[in-house]
Amino acid sequence: MIEFHLDTRAGVAPYLQIVHQVRRALKLGLLHEGDQLPTVKEVVTRIAINPNTVLKAYRELEHDGLVAARPGVGTFVTKTLTDPSLAAHGPLRQDLGRWLAKARRAGLDDESIEALFRDTFRSAREQGVA
Amino acid sequence: MSAVIDAKGLGKRYGRKWALTDCTLEIPSGHVVGLVGPNGAGKSTLLNLAVGLLVPTTGTIEVLGDRPAGSPEELGRVGFVAQDTPTYSGLSVADHLQLGAHLNPTWDRAMAESRIDQLGLDPHQKAGKLSGGQRAQLALTLAIAKRPELLILDEPVASLDPLARREFLQILMETVADQGVSVVLSSHLVADLERVCDYLVVLVGSHVQIAGPVDELLAEHHRLIGQRRDPATLPSNQEVIESSQTERQSTILIRTTAPILDPAWTVEEVGLEDLVLAYMGQAASAARRARPTLGLHK
Repeated sequence: MIEFHLDTRAGVAPYLQIVHQVRRALKLGLLHEGDQLPTVKEVVTRIAINPNTVLKAYRELEHDGLVAARPGVGTFVTKTLTDPSLAAHGPLRQDLGRWLAKARRAGLDDESIEALFRDTFRSAREQGVA
Repeated sequence: MSAVIDAKGLGKRYGRKWALTDCTLEIPSGHVVGLVGPNGAGKSTLLNLAVGLLVPTTGTIEVLGDRPAGSPEELGRVGFVAQDTPTYSGLSVADHLQLGAHLNPTWDRAMAESRIDQLGLDPHQKAGKLSGGQRAQLALTLAIAKRPELLILDEPVASLDPLARREFLQILMETVADQGVSVVLSSHLVADLERVCDYLVVLVGSHVQIAGPVDELLAEHHRLIGQRRDPATLPSNQEVIESSQTERQSTILIRTTAPILDPAWTVEEVGLEDLVLAYMGQAASAARRARPTLGLHK
């Protein structure tokens, strides 16, 4: 079972934060097919959040085919997001590590590295779309 | 779905001063509605009109499709916790429950008692000896135990410490989950509202500035950051809510449902607190423009 948290300074709608947290847990392998999500009441009681928000998040996850609601029982994970890319994570992480070391040797600080990555990521995505 | 509160041209005047003017507002049922605004904006006036403690000077207000406090049935359908969660300080917790049972035909005794038990309150304790948090919980219990369709709370957590506030909101949200009750609560603690509200009404200077589902409001508002530019040159479908300029940079908060195509802008999401503050600021500067000499002649 996973637990949710809420960052009210994030500027991200609370229901989206829950959606993201479930997706992240699926990606990281913390949630597997068949696992139950906390009930709406459990989430509400734990983090003092509007039940409609939790319902909306679960509906969105259901719409994405990641979970299914069983009436009177709860909401269950129906799909994992880990395969097949998880196997590729290791080598990619190594490449990135090497790239980071290179950037440091070139004299870039944390901020410059982040800015460079974000900028490249964005232009690559725009090219991909075009 | 029918409206829990439906106000048309609603106004309330005390002597020569208008506390609320031309308030038109339709709040759908099934929501937890946050009513925000600075002190003196008319929040309490609106809520007191909604529960029938005040009578409108102009316009009309219907609550759950009926005149506020128009009949004993209507009274039973609305639960109200007034500002500072008042209780009778000379009466014990048990006396309060007894009173609730006598005054409310739909009183749920089992629920009231189990809630008091769950809160760890001593039934023989006088309400005047309770802590602020306990008193708020007692007032909430009284409002919930009559099993209302609509719960109206005026600044219920303003005077509570953070822990008591969280506990209060947990109980409130649990009640919404269990009973499907609609809630309207006023507060100026926006961080709390973001957790519990899915519908927002911003009231400033006795006017409704904006009202709508929180998710939609958050999705429609963006902050644009870029080279200095006159906000008046933005596309017409981008409504400027707030803008600030330095010599080189413009920061503009806009409302739009269309995608933002101009690549010169860095687009940021806007949190609920910034959104509320922007609308309050907008209303305040409009008031200053309308009455430039206000205060100088006093």
